[in-house]
Amino acid sequence: MGGMTEHLPAIIVAVPLLAALIVTVVWWFNDRLCFPLSVAAGLVVCGASANLFQKVLTQGVIEYRLGGWPPPVGIVFRVDHLNGLILVVVTLVAFLNLVASRRSAEKEFRDKVGAFYALFLLFITGLFGILITGDAFNLFVLLEIASLTGYALIGIGSGRASLSGLNYLLMGTIGASLYLFGVGILYVLTGSLNMVDIAGILPNLWPSSAIVLAFLLCMGGLFVKMALFPLHAWLPNAYTHAPSVVSSLVAPLTTKVMIYAMMRVALTVFTFDFAFNQIAVRGPILWLAILAIVGGSLMALSQRRLKKMLAYIVVAEVGYMVGGFWLGNKAGMSGAVLHIINDAVMTLCVFLAAAAITIRTGDDRLSSLRGMFKRMPLTMAVMVLGGLSLIGVPPTCGFFSKWYLISGGIEAGHLGFVMALIISSLVNVVLFFRCFEIGYFEPFMRGGEPHSAPVEPGYGAPTVQEAPVEMLFALLTTALLLLLLGLFSGQIVTRVIHQALPAVLG
Amino acid sequence: METIGTLIIAKYNYWAVVVLIAIGLYAMIAKKNLVKKIIGMNIFQTAIILFYVSIGAKRGATLPIIEHGHGESTHMVHAADYINPLPHVLMLTAIVVSVATLGVALALAMRIYFHYGTLEEDEIQKKIIGDEPDKIDSSG
Repeated sequence: MGGMTEHLPAIIVAVPLLAALIVTVVWWFNDRLCFPLSVAAGLVVCGASANLFQKVLTQGVIEYRLGGWPPPVGIVFRVDHLNGLILVVVTLVAFLNLVASRRSAEKEFRDKVGAFYALFLLFITGLFGILITGDAFNLFVLLEIASLTGYALIGIGSGRASLSGLNYLLMGTIGASLYLFGVGILYVLTGSLNMVDIAGILPNLWPSSAIVLAFLLCMGGLFVKMALFPLHAWLPNAYTHAPSVVSSLVAPLTTKVMIYAMMRVALTVFTFDFAFNQIAVRGPILWLAILAIVGGSLMALSQRRLKKMLAYIVVAEVGYMVGGFWLGNKAGMSGAVLHIINDAVMTLCVFLAAAAITIRTGDDRLSSLRGMFKRMPLTMAVMVLGGLSLIGVPPTCGFFSKWYLISGGIEAGHLGFVMALIISSLVNVVLFFRCFEIGYFEPFMRGGEPHSAPVEPGYGAPTVQEAPVEMLFALLTTALLLLLLGLFSGQIVTRVIHQALPAVLG
Repeated sequence: METIGTLIIAKYNYWAVVVLIAIGLYAMIAKKNLVKKIIGMNIFQTAIILFYVSIGAKRGATLPIIEHGHGESTHMVHAADYINPLPHVLMLTAIVVSVATLGVALALAMRIYFHYGTLEEDEIQKKIIGDEPDKIDSSG
């Protein structure tokens, strides 16, 4: 096995890629094999990422040379504390989602099950690749692998899904092309595409308007991809109209991985000194983040569909992480990184609960939550936990990252950001307690009329009709993760995240 | 005037890229027809590809194939004699990406056409509002 562990970074990308191919072929012969094959690939990747993270913790940064070519010429995969941690959580979230998707995929895709699993695996291939690559151009290619499969997954859905998918595609392509343009300018300036190599050459060229342009193009492109506030228009519709298993895959992962990419490009390619001291973009980006938080929260209030409400919460959460990062101090950045992993789990939690409810009711309108606590007690219990975490109630993990973000804001003296976080938490209270109120107190409805008296014996009172077993398993594991991440957040921050931050922050 | 003229002429490849990007963005934002939007997207992507291809070119340079390259250790290679092949190779990948994007976009456009019977965005919007009167929202 000694030989195998050396190749762990390659395994993480190669296994889902090959599994996607195998699933596509096997699908022609027996579509029942698609699910177990995908789960097997998911398990391998989870194991590999945990192993890799363990290695990073003991040995420090791991650099894997693809094909054995040394860095400036060849492509490298580079795993440090930052992406090692995020990789573990992302593989776990993807795996749980895969397990949960079984019934829902059979129901929603029927004869396209194989295509769904193949796209699923390709999508996570792209995300894992983005997380571990150390090459600026390679990042673009993997970005597009993840995005293209994302467009297709969203477009599979019925009704308005294809229109939302196409809008997402047009916006996403603008984002990716801007990033590619930025990388092109960096290549003209430095003659290199390796992130660490570029970072070594760039400081000799300061000050240069071309570097500033490259920085703005790269950041602008990634802002489109992560749906930062004025560029968020594609997200709510895409996540609402997508099949519910797809929303619970795409929503927790895409935006978080893109925020990681922003951190990686800002810190590793352009370096902390350039991004925070040489150019004055920190202030404007912070205000964009504040607008995202307040705007996303307020628009979530006006939604009458559960998934759309959650999608707007995702828009607000993007603001949390972008804002925390651009505070530029230790607490803010720690909070941003911690929030990436916490938010991935929280978003998975609430979107999975929404998917479970959609399976049973066939609808995700808030009004269809009536009587849901009696009908799906476990699912709703998990949703309450996810809601509390998004609000930021201890001991769920959401509290701790919000704590770091707020203390970072206070430390930086940025009152606007602190206020935005508090407003958004209060709005989340309203949002989720409205759901809980409908679910708990409003009477169960059948056919649009509340039943004051049972029409037939046992007809008026809803019977317990829980989510499918696989989904329940994923939901309960996610709930457990929410608590575990909360309990261990101190250790995660001191032992992992502080190692990942730039040395200047101390 | 002369400086602006020389600026445009000396860096004409960049200006071509900027103009193409502007055309592409205009089509994506201003056109109501979805296929025109997709064409705009493709022009936008092609502009970036042109940028990469143009930066690899050098005046008076030739194809990067080394004559007498094998076994002749004394043979000197002057990088200035050959165009830079790396950006061109990168663009092979980018072209594949853009073709794949175009394919997915057209497939989605077909689905939209089958569902709504039109590719005009305003007509689709009308049908959406007609279909679901209780679900109108500001974001469209």
